[in-house]
Amino acid sequence: MSALSERPANPVVGQEIPHEAASLHVTGEALYTDDLAVRTHGILHAHPVQAPHAHARITRLDPSPALEVPGVVRVLTAEDVPGVNDAGVKHDEPLFPSEVMFFGHAVCWVLGETLEAARLGSLAVEVDYEPLPSLVTVHEAIEAGSFQGGQPHMERGDIEAGFAGAAHVYSGEFEFAGQEHFYLETHCSIALVDENGQIFVQSSTQHPTETQDIVAHVLGLPSHAVTVQCLRMGGGFGGKEMQPHGYAAIAALGSTLTGRPVRLRLNRTQDMTMSGKRHGFHAQWRVAFDDTGRLQALDATLTSDGGWSLDLSEPVLARALCHIDNAYWIPNVRVNGRIAKTHKTSQTAFRGFGGPQGMLVIEDILGRCAPQLGIDPIELRSRNFYVDGQSTPYGQPVRHPERVAICWEQVLTTGDVATRKADIAAYNASHEHSKRALAMTPVKFGISFNFTSFNQAGALVHVYKDGSVLITHGGTEMGQGLHTKMLQVAATTLGVPLSTVRLAPTRTDKVPNTSATAASSGADLNGGAVKDACEQIIERLRAVAAGRLGVHPADVRFSDGHVGKVGGGATVPWADLVNQAYFQRIQLWAAGFYRTEGLHWDSSAMHGSPFKYFSYGVAASEVEVDEFTGAYRLRQVDIVHDVGDSLSPLVDIGQVEGAFVQGAGWLTLEDLRWDESDRPSRGRLATQAASTYKLPSFSEMPEVFNVALLERAHEDGAVYGSKAVGEPPLMLAFSVREALREAAAAFGPAGTSVDLASPATPEAVFWAVQEARGGAEPPHMTAMVEGAPGVVPDQPGADAAPLRPRSEQAAQPARAGT
Amino acid sequence: MNGAPRALDGTDPSTTILDWLRAQGLTGAKEGCAEGECGACSIMVARPTEGSGTQWTAINACLVPVAALDGQEVVTSEGLGRPDALHPVQREMAVRGGSQCGYCTPGFICSMAAEYYREGRCAPTAATPDPSQNGHEPAATANDPGNAPDHEHGPNGFDLHALSGNLCRCTGYRPIRDAAYALGAPADDDPYAARLAAAPPAARATRLDGATGTYARPGDLTEALSLLADHPDAVLVAGATDWGVEVNIRGARTPFAIGIDRLPELRTLSVGDDSVEIGAALSLSEVERGLAGRVPLLDKMFPQFASRLIRNGATIGGNLGTGSPIGDTPPALLALEALVVLASADGEREVPLADYFTGYRQTVKREGELIRAVRIPLPLSEVTAFHKIAKRRFDDISSVAVGFALDLREGVVTKARIGLGGVAATPIRALATEAALEGRAWSADVVREAAAVMRAEGTPMDDHRASAAYRTATLGTALLKLHAETATQQEVGA
Repeated sequence: MSALSERPANPVVGQEIPHEAASLHVTGEALYTDDLAVRTHGILHAHPVQAPHAHARITRLDPSPALEVPGVVRVLTAEDVPGVNDAGVKHDEPLFPSEVMFFGHAVCWVLGETLEAARLGSLAVEVDYEPLPSLVTVHEAIEAGSFQGGQPHMERGDIEAGFAGAAHVYSGEFEFAGQEHFYLETHCSIALVDENGQIFVQSSTQHPTETQDIVAHVLGLPSHAVTVQCLRMGGGFGGKEMQPHGYAAIAALGSTLTGRPVRLRLNRTQDMTMSGKRHGFHAQWRVAFDDTGRLQALDATLTSDGGWSLDLSEPVLARALCHIDNAYWIPNVRVNGRIAKTHKTSQTAFRGFGGPQGMLVIEDILGRCAPQLGIDPIELRSRNFYVDGQSTPYGQPVRHPERVAICWEQVLTTGDVATRKADIAAYNASHEHSKRALAMTPVKFGISFNFTSFNQAGALVHVYKDGSVLITHGGTEMGQGLHTKMLQVAATTLGVPLSTVRLAPTRTDKVPNTSATAASSGADLNGGAVKDACEQIIERLRAVAAGRLGVHPADVRFSDGHVGKVGGGATVPWADLVNQAYFQRIQLWAAGFYRTEGLHWDSSAMHGSPFKYFSYGVAASEVEVDEFTGAYRLRQVDIVHDVGDSLSPLVDIGQVEGAFVQGAGWLTLEDLRWDESDRPSRGRLATQAASTYKLPSFSEMPEVFNVALLERAHEDGAVYGSKAVGEPPLMLAFSVREALREAAAAFGPAGTSVDLASPATPEAVFWAVQEARGGAEPPHMTAMVEGAPGVVPDQPGADAAPLRPRSEQAAQPARAGT
Repeated sequence: MNGAPRALDGTDPSTTILDWLRAQGLTGAKEGCAEGECGACSIMVARPTEGSGTQWTAINACLVPVAALDGQEVVTSEGLGRPDALHPVQREMAVRGGSQCGYCTPGFICSMAAEYYREGRCAPTAATPDPSQNGHEPAATANDPGNAPDHEHGPNGFDLHALSGNLCRCTGYRPIRDAAYALGAPADDDPYAARLAAAPPAARATRLDGATGTYARPGDLTEALSLLADHPDAVLVAGATDWGVEVNIRGARTPFAIGIDRLPELRTLSVGDDSVEIGAALSLSEVERGLAGRVPLLDKMFPQFASRLIRNGATIGGNLGTGSPIGDTPPALLALEALVVLASADGEREVPLADYFTGYRQTVKREGELIRAVRIPLPLSEVTAFHKIAKRRFDDISSVAVGFALDLREGVVTKARIGLGGVAATPIRALATEAALEGRAWSADVVREAAAVMRAEGTPMDDHRASAAYRTATLGTALLKLHAETATQQEVGA
């Protein structure tokens, strides 16, 4: 057991405690960025002018009529930018564009004394556009050869030999939709300038340091002139990893130009039409199995729909390639990736960050092929699990692969799967118009930023003379319970009760150069840094205590607010010892730092060991489908998930459940529809509000929902033996999609293979049922083909740029993604 | 407001309750969508019961003009409890992990608290099958927990539909359900429970003039009709569930709004020998409680109509008044052969609902007229159903909605009335299908024939909710589904 992972006796970590801000949440006292507006005197409000074209050149922009509107204070345009007119880390996102790149693109911003004044002002701004041809679908982009960024290639083994010797070969295509984050709190920033020209930005951001960087370079200031604070977010899910920066920059620019505080809060429709989403993907694939159903070869080309700018599309695509294996050993693999450039919002990070898209491809393949192979999908999947000694297509050894099998067995047992499968068969035999199915899927998800440099974190821990403790760290709180876990880590390391420790909001002037709170890594990284800071203080106090107690420093124990000797005897209250240390002029605060060891990654070759470890989980989902409408119910879900030794079980269970339902939303319900017609509204997001874009509600909660954390799951390489939890359980929702596929198939003869669109809305399931019954082909799907050649995945051209190594990119002023 | 008066002076009539609250510094209620879909802005208002008491009623603060609250009692999450003195609802939500990011939480708290105080909640009545579950076997079996007769009701009587208008993006809802189901009865000294016995504040006539227009709430129907005669372009506002969307999403500013939500003449409910009359300004929740199951088809429709938060404000008059082709009451009311009672300064007239709609959002309602009531003729047909096709079971908008009312005599269809929504520019009757059924046996063959006729009713369109092909297909299966359901019921009954 490593020093990082070992827990002391009676640790505060592992205790089941509520979210640290729960009592503030439930009383409405918890403050979010926009709640500060009414508390800020003289604040101005910003409103965008959004372009009504998918692609157009701006030929004239006249803000002067807006200035005639009562209450309008100023219109911000490109001429106002003192630094660089760009909000992206790739320098491809002009903050004030001269060319409209998507329907709803903000071309300028109006500041008003009230939001109503700013809104009316935005209607008065005169803009002339010259419409240009647009690419709205990924198909149109592929046809036009419109790609952006690097084109990664991952290969292992001998792909042609893998197909040549295989008993079964199938090929197909699969296009699936993206997802809107729909954090309940939309993007918001409030900026003000102090007497010394210092900019203070409060922002709903997962990446305060990068928000600070972008604000600074838009304003042409050094980073020390900009401080960014994030109190908390009303949800982030990746949507606030890179997207908040431009909005923060607008607010900061407005504040520097007017000398007044500026609030920029997007309403829901602005947020949905302007901010990036999960990437939809198109996949072409060939797959080979041996005669026992073991995977022999996979050849695939993944094309992500990147939208108008790169944003985080490259690392998202890299992670998709690195997860196309999910939990399965595939000896011969060739996967190419490319990013379509389309006239849509710039798609970005979303919980799972490409992992779900890569894994969805292989799970869809297995779900479609199982009936053709004549093998029960549960058996087909488990037969292909990794075993010890095998490595991923990108060369990383798979450590603890047995955990998938253990989770699988546990779900089979606790979910009583065999009995329920028999019950389902009986139900289906006696019910003509509704069918049930139960499907199981595994998750293996790599933890760490693919980009090695991001795997570092800092913390600042203060112990005051009275013994009370204040901690700050570089991670942000978006509901995932990071702050709760950090309080538990600090209390555990210092050996004090939880009530002794308080946490201050995330600010760039407390902890600098932080990484995004993303990639599920918040607790691993910041926990390591908080623990490091606390250990520095403890080491200093140990010497003080040794003198006072008359024992060797190594024999001093800190536990539950008392300092004593290993093995018992007299103790000193923590506060007394701290006070004594102060008078001995002992430094009672410390800056902590953590870097994840043992990572290496060559992004050009798509090879290395980019992940500290893998998170595992298994889900079984049972659904019931109505023949007449395709409507369905999620009857029961059983999950066993590996979070290592949980830092905070209530938080971790909440993450597993919430991620699962969010994943099920992506796969079944949430339906991004863009206007693909040739009407003037081409490129407009048709589902741009809660009334048209439906999230899971209470009616989508599994009727029976059993979630267990894998026991005896200590992770040696992470803080207090824990594992990351934010993203991996989202992908447990594949089990819902596969159950829907199998239930639809049950309307047809045995062995029916069903193509299911994604999202699998009731309409999509209805068409799948029709297909199973031998009726019409469902729309939106390309049927799977048995045997060669079928679909041959596109291969990159000789001139396609590979993903360049990060070391080269880091040498440029551009900032790197996840 | 949380027990203390607050002045509305200087407020613009287009200001919603939510914007006003937040400008007052009461920032607990949040804006998540500004169209009554997410419930992050939920608050509680004191509303009348069918008797003489008060019912704490949760509504969407983002939709309703704050002027409509003149003289009313309002409670927000801040008023219910404090971090060091949590309300029971707040305590259960906090300790069970019911909040993660916390942004939706104050709204959940208010929706949950309103249900916590609901009269009769703690005495669970016999389980009623969920009407939206038609076609699934009604009885639970031991190894079949998902189909427990009451899987949307807790052992404490808590109705999960109370939370159907609240969205949470973080938790997946399970801990919120557990918190709701763990609630006990309010304590004896609970001030909000004690408040229930007395009447809520009376709705008082009010008028608020501002830069963008006027909100006026007359004291009675005569005054309302006179205002309407003076301001023919006035917008009539009851539950404001449409008004709020127009203001927030489309930027509409209403020059003259007449608040008709509390007019006594529009809030009557009477069951006579030959008809049931429902006041146009009763909220759907009030209609549901007031009818107490006397119109089964409406009972099947209510749980599928938006959410509890919306039904607490929305009215049948509003649903018909907007003339929308995708409202959920028209298909049911068409099947019930309802009549619309239109009132004007010149008196009243009755129009069959089937003749009421004239085009997309066009009706026969004349200038100076308002909908006073809806009249449903008696007796009712015995076989009724409401089928709603939507992506989501709770709180969604119909792709297709079908109301059925059939009379069967010795296996023969003696009368068929079928209302359709979402398949034409207006709600329509499926007249050809009705004709294909009447006088014929309620048999698989006849139903299959009639289903083919029904498939061709209307002129469905493609949009982001559903394809025209799917709308057509589900029109074609609706009758088959109803037939399968009646067959199941007969088997169970036998």
